[in-house]
Amino acid sequence: MTASKRLLVLGLALCAFAAGAGELRGTGDLGIAVERARGSLQWLDTTKRVSLGRIEGLGDLSHASAVFSRDERYAYVFGRDGGLTKVDMLTGQVVKRVMQSGNSIGGAISQDGRFIAAANYTPGGVKIFASDTLDLVADIPTESKVIGLEDIPGNRFAFSLWDKGEIWVADLSDDPRNPRLTRFANIGTQPYDALISPDGRWYVAGLYGENGIAVLDTWNLDAGVRRALPEYGRGEKKLPVYKMPHLETWAMVGNLAFIPGVGRHEVVIVDVATWTQAGVIPVAGQPVFVMAQPDGRRLWVNFAFPNYDTVQVIDVPSRQVVQTLTPGRTAAEGGAVPCGARCDPVAVAGRPTAAVGAHSQPVASPEGPLLPARGGPVLHMEFTPRGEAVWLSVRDGNRIEVYDTASLRKLAELPADAPSGIFFAARAHRFGL
Amino acid sequence: MISKTVFLLSLAAPLMAAAADAAPSPARQQALVSLVRQECGFCHGLRLTGGLGSPLTAAAMQGKPAETLAAVILHGIPGTAMPGWQPFLSEAEAAWIVGKLQEGFPNDSK
Repeated sequence: MTASKRLLVLGLALCAFAAGAGELRGTGDLGIAVERARGSLQWLDTTKRVSLGRIEGLGDLSHASAVFSRDERYAYVFGRDGGLTKVDMLTGQVVKRVMQSGNSIGGAISQDGRFIAAANYTPGGVKIFASDTLDLVADIPTESKVIGLEDIPGNRFAFSLWDKGEIWVADLSDDPRNPRLTRFANIGTQPYDALISPDGRWYVAGLYGENGIAVLDTWNLDAGVRRALPEYGRGEKKLPVYKMPHLETWAMVGNLAFIPGVGRHEVVIVDVATWTQAGVIPVAGQPVFVMAQPDGRRLWVNFAFPNYDTVQVIDVPSRQVVQTLTPGRTAAEGGAVPCGARCDPVAVAGRPTAAVGAHSQPVASPEGPLLPARGGPVLHMEFTPRGEAVWLSVRDGNRIEVYDTASLRKLAELPADAPSGIFFAARAHRFGL
Repeated sequence: MISKTVFLLSLAAPLMAAAADAAPSPARQQALVSLVRQECGFCHGLRLTGGLGSPLTAAAMQGKPAETLAAVILHGIPGTAMPGWQPFLSEAEAAWIVGKLQEGFPNDSK
């Protein structure tokens, strides 16, 4: 066999491996959904709305999250057990896996795509890896659980320390092996998560231990961290919170950002020009994710126990809840009838909006107040790149549901084993995702 | 299906007269196992090996007074992220959960 023939055979063998069986293709419309208990991923095609297969062997994936390489070829999955796994989105194979800590919470990829940063609880700190080899580049111990790790412009990472109430910025632009650290102390008690604005300028940490948020202008670190939104938080009574809210993204409409209330059944509107609270929107439970459609027109909100079977859709201009969906309920529990792989858009049109808070009370029983109120949780929501559809993980229903964001009709259902986080490759080109 | 079981249980509940200190019914036990694995798991890890919250493994739970642990479940720990679960659990159920945690918690059968 000549060398060129051998190459051809090899090339054909590789193509047979790839998604689309033999065709050249891109990865920009692909994604993954975490099957956390099973330690596997569903490998998703968001154009055809199908699963391309299951990717196994990723360890403990509770609270797992993923970021994508700048060419959208690879996913980097952060597992609870400290595992960092590099997955090839084109072949559906695990390329490399390292155990980088004992207990991890998530991570980020640098602006230039060369570095992966992992935020760790045990031992507390941030580790930086080369994105091509997953070799350790730098280790930044913090002696605190690290949360809210975000990539910011200038090949920097910002993160917060839950135990110490600090924000740190690690700058990799000069010498990645020795990141230049800038530390901000006394930023508030127990920062629980952080977000970066879509332009990468503002790093905002939410505080669990007290009211308010901590705001860092990444254009001007010398100005330090300032506190804002003194009325935002659990309040004087320190309301119980049944799941930590996430501050993953915000909707920018004019100067407005929308973030989950802490312990309260409301979405909080923030005027970013002045960093003041511009209002609240009452919702059906304690919000976990408040996700803005890419066009910013609507927000999709999911909730903590016991209202976790519900998703509410908010119209941004009017600040009104326009739809309440209950994907987490079975038909017997008052949910929509499952439609299988092919959904009739008319038959499964969204049901009328329930009164806000109507099912926010747990159902009591003689054995004690019953849990959960009804149904199982909708754990995560992910928009297609330009947001014409949203994918929801319905854990106890063992399925992913796809909705049209304009009509709010269900477009498809895909089987998945207790799915949690859904991550699409288009995240590769956004800050903070 | 846990959720279905729970729903059926809620329908059947008026027929049951569970004593406060009796072990929870089998269906309820299943629901409690699921609650601990899934809801507590958000902070304590699906495998209860810890996260934002401390580990809830048998090794971590043994040697701690059961009454204290049950009180933590029901009332939370002020100054931390641990909420009180009293709106959703009876004292007997909290005690049952503590017993199971100290033995090594069962897996979610779901």
